[in-house]
Amino acid sequence: MEIQRKVKYEEELDRQFLGLVKELSGCEEIDRCIQCGTCSSSCPMSVYMDYPPRKIIAMIKNGFKEEALKSFTIWLCPSCYTCQVRCPANIKITDVMYALKRMAIGERVYPARFAIPVLDKEMSKIIASNGRNSELWLILNLYLKSRKPWGLLKMAPLGLKLMKTGRMSLKKESIKNKEQLRTLLKALKEEA
Amino acid sequence: MNGYIYYPGCSLKGNSKHYEESILPVFREIDMQLDELEDWNCCGATAYFSVDAGKAAAICGRNLSLAENLNKDIIAPCAGCYLTLKKSNKFLAGGTEKAQKILRALDKAGCSYSGQVDVKHPLEVLVQDQRLDKIKARVERPLKGLRVACYYGCQLVRPFTDFDDPDYPVSLDRLMAAIGAEPVDFSGKTRCCGGSLTGTIEEVGLRLNYILLKEAKRKGADVISTICPLCQFNLEILQDKMVKKYKDNITMPILYFSQLIGLAMGLPKEDMGFSRSIIDLKPLWEKIG
Repeated sequence: MEIQRKVKYEEELDRQFLGLVKELSGCEEIDRCIQCGTCSSSCPMSVYMDYPPRKIIAMIKNGFKEEALKSFTIWLCPSCYTCQVRCPANIKITDVMYALKRMAIGERVYPARFAIPVLDKEMSKIIASNGRNSELWLILNLYLKSRKPWGLLKMAPLGLKLMKTGRMSLKKESIKNKEQLRTLLKALKEEA
Repeated sequence: MNGYIYYPGCSLKGNSKHYEESILPVFREIDMQLDELEDWNCCGATAYFSVDAGKAAAICGRNLSLAENLNKDIIAPCAGCYLTLKKSNKFLAGGTEKAQKILRALDKAGCSYSGQVDVKHPLEVLVQDQRLDKIKARVERPLKGLRVACYYGCQLVRPFTDFDDPDYPVSLDRLMAAIGAEPVDFSGKTRCCGGSLTGTIEEVGLRLNYILLKEAKRKGADVISTICPLCQFNLEILQDKMVKKYKDNITMPILYFSQLIGLAMGLPKEDMGFSRSIIDLKPLWEKIG
């Protein structure tokens, strides 16, 4: 058996991480966290998380960048903002989670083929190119990119129910002025 | 701003057509004609903010600009759209360098925005400015004896909303009481349904929604009244799987608050999208006749 160290020494931590997260989340209050755990106990998803929100905040404060960005936690956050409105230190925890998601996508360190980041990326792509989401096409892309396509078969009975009640369309939706959307996204790139 | 413009978002044109089919007639009944915002684009929901915050705020800015040109405030019935547009609106008004860049890009694309638009949810509009009295006066067949669990979900009441409480809101309960129904004390009213998690990790989606349905059943509710398309979808579509998995008959209709208001106003049932319910509504019709 190999002996494994479960903690990190100071020189292994990323000292830039806290500043970066503050900047990307627009939340300056992160280091005011008193580790009270109100966030973790308020979170409907913490029972499924590898690190509850309180630990994620501690990890940001102390430079555990790799652990935070590779965690399932950030993807399991459904943005219900319960932690954020309850935090006694006014930390915008949900916005911090968003910042971590964007960093993880930017550095390509999110769990591979994990459905949640795949859904986020696919939906953003569809909207950027057509201006509108198309529910059916989003689901198809999600299954093709994240799981084996046979997962779709399991969805078939639900799909049929939605078709029968007129709640699913095969149509690809789009805005009329796609040119404006393209110009907008291009102009934004030039500003950056 | 002079009046409101309707921003449907993708859901009200997709799986939640019955929300659109009921909310527009209800507003018409209180003399508010809601026209659709011409050439609106998707809000990007939680997805775009997880990928690129600048682009996410920019595409919302285009919608805000379209509304500003018409001199109208936005009514967004989907809680996801409501939050995303509100969040972007606030961000663009923040005066930060990032916000300035986005505003310049909007200007270059011919959709400049000066921050004049307010974003509202129909629930907020219906309970404000004496409109509740107007609705009360319009009720033809009060939903007597119908026990309703009012479900607000998360993104309507958090984090920006100033018209109700983030933990224990009551505006929908008041509205349901105004149409003669009996709101139950539903402690799950702002507990999250999991949003898109139902589509990505079904096991988690099942559990989160089972907790809500079980609680509504325990409080003796006949129906859950929702204000958000994703909540409606999540609570409704997995019920058969929950019955099997948890061996617990939590079956219950999940209806939009606007469908129930329309019903109480005596609007034709067949025009309110009830036929789009996946759950059998027979017990409901038996109860309210």
